Amino acid sequence: MGFLQIASAHKAYQTPEGALVRALDDISIDVRNNEFLTLLGPSGCGKTTLLKIIAGFEDLDGGDIILEGRSLKEVPAHRRPFNTVFQNYALFPHMTISQNIGYGLDVAGVKKPDRDRRVGEALEMVGLVGYGSRRPAQLSGGQQQRVALARSLILKPRVLLLDEPLSALDRKMREAMQIELKNLQDSVGITFIFVTHDQEEALAMSDRIAVISNGRLQQLGSPTEVYDAPDNEFVANFVGTSNLFTGRIIDVDTGQGLVTMETGNGRRLCAGSRAYGLGDEVKLILRPEHLRLVDGDTPDGPCLIEGSVKDVIFVGSVVHLHVDVGFGRTAIVYHHHDRTGFRNDIEHGAHVRLAYAPDSAHLIANGRG
Amino acid sequence: MAFGKTADSRRRQGLVLLLSPVTLLLGVFFLIPLGIMIVYSFLEPGLYGGVEWNWYPYNYGRIIGWPLNDYETFEPIYLSIFLGSVKIALLTVLVSLLICYPAAFWVSRMSEPRKSFVLFLITLPFFANLLVRIYAWLLLLRPSGFINMALESLGLIAQPLDMLFSSFAVIVGMVYIFTPFMFLPIYANVEKLDFSLVRASQDLGAPPVQTFLRVILPLTVPGIAGGSIIVFIPALGNFIVPAFLGGSKVQMTGNLIERSFLQSRDWPFGAALSLLIMGSVVIIVMFQVIRSTRQNRGAA
Repeated sequence: MGFLQIASAHKAYQTPEGALVRALDDISIDVRNNEFLTLLGPSGCGKTTLLKIIAGFEDLDGGDIILEGRSLKEVPAHRRPFNTVFQNYALFPHMTISQNIGYGLDVAGVKKPDRDRRVGEALEMVGLVGYGSRRPAQLSGGQQQRVALARSLILKPRVLLLDEPLSALDRKMREAMQIELKNLQDSVGITFIFVTHDQEEALAMSDRIAVISNGRLQQLGSPTEVYDAPDNEFVANFVGTSNLFTGRIIDVDTGQGLVTMETGNGRRLCAGSRAYGLGDEVKLILRPEHLRLVDGDTPDGPCLIEGSVKDVIFVGSVVHLHVDVGFGRTAIVYHHHDRTGFRNDIEHGAHVRLAYAPDSAHLIANGRG
Repeated sequence: MAFGKTADSRRRQGLVLLLSPVTLLLGVFFLIPLGIMIVYSFLEPGLYGGVEWNWYPYNYGRIIGWPLNDYETFEPIYLSIFLGSVKIALLTVLVSLLICYPAAFWVSRMSEPRKSFVLFLITLPFFANLLVRIYAWLLLLRPSGFINMALESLGLIAQPLDMLFSSFAVIVGMVYIFTPFMFLPIYANVEKLDFSLVRASQDLGAPPVQTFLRVILPLTVPGIAGGSIIVFIPALGNFIVPAFLGGSKVQMTGNLIERSFLQSRDWPFGAALSLLIMGSVVIIVMFQVIRSTRQNRGAA
């Protein structure tokens, strides 16, 4: 029995035009105690709906939410041991910061001396000592964010639900808050369910990521699993950047765990895999950072792609190369330019050879996702 | 800094130009008449209307409780009519508030086209003449009127109810007339109420009643205060509704003023009564201004 079970959750909406939208289509997730779980997906994928259902703001059409063996279906939002950090923070504008943070305790009937002490501790925890008597409108976005966190965490919820809480912050602030949130989660020992559409955020903070698209769970796994071994094409494209090639396996070397795939255009590519056999239709996924430029001495083979550079995009730490690899296909390569190293002078039109380690290529069965 | 100075003085010139029409309008049509009223309220009434230019301190005395112009026999008949008017105006505010507050939430949750349609319906009565609309209530409320007929035919009452010419009828009429003025400020407030705050309150463990008292109500106080004042002020001075629906039984200060000027031709007494109403309105508006500045200062 799990900690918090989302058991085949179903939810559909009627649009004003009369169409039926499946916001949640049979989603099951076993949330572990004290983990940082991220619901990741594009906007409109159903992740926020799922969060609202867990919080109790919306009802399920089918399925159940079970906390430690007890169904929460009949439990209204205000009696669930969960708290939410809202996207726009939803701080009460007519109350001071202390009143905002103490609201839940006040409602629960905690007496003033005890409440004041705990509000003081909460202010300390989020680094806002001395701000207690201000109003929310007098605080910056990042500070409001912390107040919202303190207001929820002071109630010691079993689960903290976070609805894209960092999306309103600028990049630097967001990165700082990512680390802060993760550390906070470690120290308070509360399960966090975090909703975001930002895959970098998800990869940086999560213990596990649930990738959701069109109301369906696409993949559930650790950040490395989701990034290195995506279950399907959607996950491969949504989490990070991928170069995808479709083809059929024409050669299998079981001894080395190596297969060769041929695309419709006759291009041959190698991959390290024992999961697929001769004749299987597959898709091969290559991450841009796994392709590296090699010189002309490297022998040709199925683990080598040739092409000419179409675009060179300098983004600081790396150079993004868009390489025309023939048959109208473009491969994206992240090239590290270490001032002294090989080929720091790539220009538009240059002929390049791209090599990769067979194990860095990931195969998925064609036709799924 | 020479440049700043010229820009500054130019701005001041512009301001004078912009403000002169409104100053002129208020001066000619508001301040001067108000001054005349204040002066008249301390003068002796003329025999056939108008005034005698003699110092006459009894007008306010009559209002407070010496109706015989002698400051000896205390009988506060005008004061009790004024207090009765305040009571009717307050009840009008209360009843229209009870109607409009939930209605505003209901309308604010509608889809856009339905919302516009309902708002159009709310302004619809303004297209008909006020007197016609009050006459309609006369026909509805009278003993042989529609409401009594309906109740009788349903067997709910044996005798027609005597609803007309009572405080009840006056309050019904006033609520009917002033409801849109209560609805619109509350609606404007409720419409921009951030619903995620309600969710946040629930989320933090507050049951519905507490969420209402601690979050929704405090955040809609500006709309409630605005609507209440906009209804209270005209309701206090109203004379048409009591004249039609109150008959001779329900007297409001507005009727007294009307009669002082048009029937008994006692202009100074009418002026004094008008200033009494104006004074009470000014006090109430001042309270509201103080309340809202204090709140804004807190929120800034």
